[in-house]
Amino acid sequence: MTGYILRRIVQAIPVLIGITLASFLLIHLVPGDPARIILGARATPQAIADLNHELGLDRSLIAQYVSFVGGAVHLDFGDSIKQNTAIGPLLGSRIGVTLFLLIYAVIISIVVAVPLAIVSALRRNRPADHAIRLFSMVTFAMPSFLLGLLLILFFSLKLGWLPTAGYGDTFPEHVKSLTLPAITVGLYLAPILLRTLRVGIIETLGTEFVEAARARGLSERRVVLKHVLRNSLISTVTVLGLNVGFLLSGLVIIENVFALPGMGSELVNAILARDYPMVQALTLIFGVAVVMINLLTDLLYAQLDPRVRL
Amino acid sequence: MSTDAIPAAAQGAATRLRRRARAERRWSSFTLWLGVGIVAFIAFVSFAAPLLGFHNPNEQHLLDALQPPSRAHPMGTDALGRDILTRVVYGGRIDLTFAFVTTIVPFALGVLLGCWAGYRGGWLDTVVNRLVDVVVAFPFIVLILAIVTITGPGLKGAYIGVFAVGWALYARLTRGEMLVEREKEYILAARTLGYSPRRIVLRHALPNVLRASIVFSMADVVLNILLLSSLSYLGLGAIPPSPEWGALVADGKDLILTNWWVATMPGLVIVLTGIAFSLIGDGLADRLGRDFTLTTGGEADAGGR
Repeated sequence: MTGYILRRIVQAIPVLIGITLASFLLIHLVPGDPARIILGARATPQAIADLNHELGLDRSLIAQYVSFVGGAVHLDFGDSIKQNTAIGPLLGSRIGVTLFLLIYAVIISIVVAVPLAIVSALRRNRPADHAIRLFSMVTFAMPSFLLGLLLILFFSLKLGWLPTAGYGDTFPEHVKSLTLPAITVGLYLAPILLRTLRVGIIETLGTEFVEAARARGLSERRVVLKHVLRNSLISTVTVLGLNVGFLLSGLVIIENVFALPGMGSELVNAILARDYPMVQALTLIFGVAVVMINLLTDLLYAQLDPRVRL
Repeated sequence: MSTDAIPAAAQGAATRLRRRARAERRWSSFTLWLGVGIVAFIAFVSFAAPLLGFHNPNEQHLLDALQPPSRAHPMGTDALGRDILTRVVYGGRIDLTFAFVTTIVPFALGVLLGCWAGYRGGWLDTVVNRLVDVVVAFPFIVLILAIVTITGPGLKGAYIGVFAVGWALYARLTRGEMLVEREKEYILAARTLGYSPRRIVLRHALPNVLRASIVFSMADVVLNILLLSSLSYLGLGAIPPSPEWGALVADGKDLILTNWWVATMPGLVIVLTGIAFSLIGDGLADRLGRDFTLTTGGEADAGGR
C-alpha cells in the first residue's frame, strides 16, 4: 500500500509542476507587453515601467517563478489589476459560493443518477432502460448554459418560484438562489455518472457474491439494496472524483449564466478584462484542486479495492 | 406432463429470445441510421446553404426585429431583425467544421501514437504512457481558458486547446487494445512472413484496434461542439457577428424572459446535433460488440473535461 501511495504521489508531481508553470508563464506568453495591454495604447513609458515593476516582470524568470510559487503557498497571489485589491482575500470571499454550488450540485446529481442507474441496470434493454438512456442522451447533448436559461424561463418566469440570478444574504436565501444553478450543474454531470454506474451495476449483478446472496434466499430487493447499492456507491465516489475537472467546467459556465459571485465567474471576468494576475491565481487554484481531488480519489479507491494496489 | 412438453416449452422460450434479440438489433440499426440521417441533413443544409435559398446570415431588417417563429421566419428573428434559421444554418458550418477537425486530428494522432507505443513497447511506450498520464490529469477547462487568455477570444484558442489534449485518450485506448492484439496469432504469422513492423501495424493491427476509439470519437464530437458553444456563450469563443451556435444562444440570453425563441431555437439545434452523434455512437458500440457507450464505460471519465 505504501508503495502504491508513493508511486501515485510521484505521478502527480509532474502534473502539479506543469500547472504552476502554465499559470506562471501565462503572463509571459501573452503577445506583446502585458503592461501595455493592461494600461492601453496611450500609457506613458513611466507608467508601463512602474506596472512592470509592480508585477515583478523586470526580474529574472527564475526569480519570478520562485516568488510566484512561494507566494501561492502562502495564499498570496498579488493584487488584482482591475479591482485594485489583494487577490487572496478577494477570492476567500468567493470560494464559499463555488463550494456551496459544487456540493449542492453533486448531491442533486447523485439523487438523480444513482436510482436511475439501478433501474436501468435491473431492467436492461426494457422500455424503462431505453427511456433512461434517452434521458441521459438528451442531458449529455444539452449545453449547460441552455439548460440554465430554460430553467430560468420556466421556474422563475412562468412559476415565479425561484430567483433568476444573485446569491442572497442569508442561508435560506443562498439555498433558494443556488437551487436552479445546482439543478443545472447536477443534470450536466448526471449522464456521465449514470452511464458509468449502469455498466458497473450490470457487472456487479453478474458477480459471484450476488449469486451467493440470491442462493441464500435473500429477496431481490435485499440483494439490490444491501449488496449492489453499496458497491455502486463506492464507484459513485470514484466516478465523481475522476470527473471533477468536467464538473468544474460546468461550474464556470453556470456561475456566469446565473450571475453568481463565485470563482468561476471571477475567472471569466478576469479573462475578458485582461486581469492577468487574477487569471494566474485562479488557473493555479483550480488546477491544483483538480489534481489533488483526483489523487485523493485514487488513494481512496485503492483503500477500498485492494486489487488496484497490485 | 408429457415428455415432449419440456423441449416444446424450451423451444418456445428460445424462439422468444431470438425474436427479442432480432428486434433489438433492428432497433439499434434504426437508431444508428437515424443519427446518421440527422447529421447528414444538418451538414448538407449548412454547407449547401446558398443553393437552398439561405443568403447573408448577417442581413438586418430592423423593422422585423424580434418576430416570433412564423412561416416566413421558422425560428423567428433576433433583436436586429436577422432571420435566426439562416444564422443557425450558417453557424452549422462553423460548429461542424470545428467538431470534425478537433475530433479527426487528435484521433489520427492519438491512434498512431498508441499503436506504435503498444506494438513496440520499451522506452517509446514508457514515454508515451507518462505523457498521456500528465495530459489526461491536467484539468482541461483550466488549460483551455489559459490558452484563450493568451490568444484572446476567437476560435484559435479553442482549436489549440483541443489539439493539445484530445490525442491523449485515443492514444491510451489504442495502446490498451494493441497490447492484447500484438500477442494474437495473425500478428505472429505476419511477423514470421517477414513483414516490416510498419506494414504489420498499419495494415494488419490497425483495423482491429480502432473500435474503442471510433466509439469514443462520437462522444468526443459532442463534447467538442459543447466546448466551442460554451466558450462562445461566455464571450471567449467565436466573435460577433459570427453565427456560431453558442454565440446565437448568448445573443438571446437577455431576451429569454420576453422573446424565448432567440436563445432557445439555436440551442435546440445544438441538442439535436448532440443526440444524433450520440445515436451513432451507441449504434456503433452495439455493432462493434462492446458495452461501452457515450463515456466509454471502462474509461469512466469524460476525457478530463
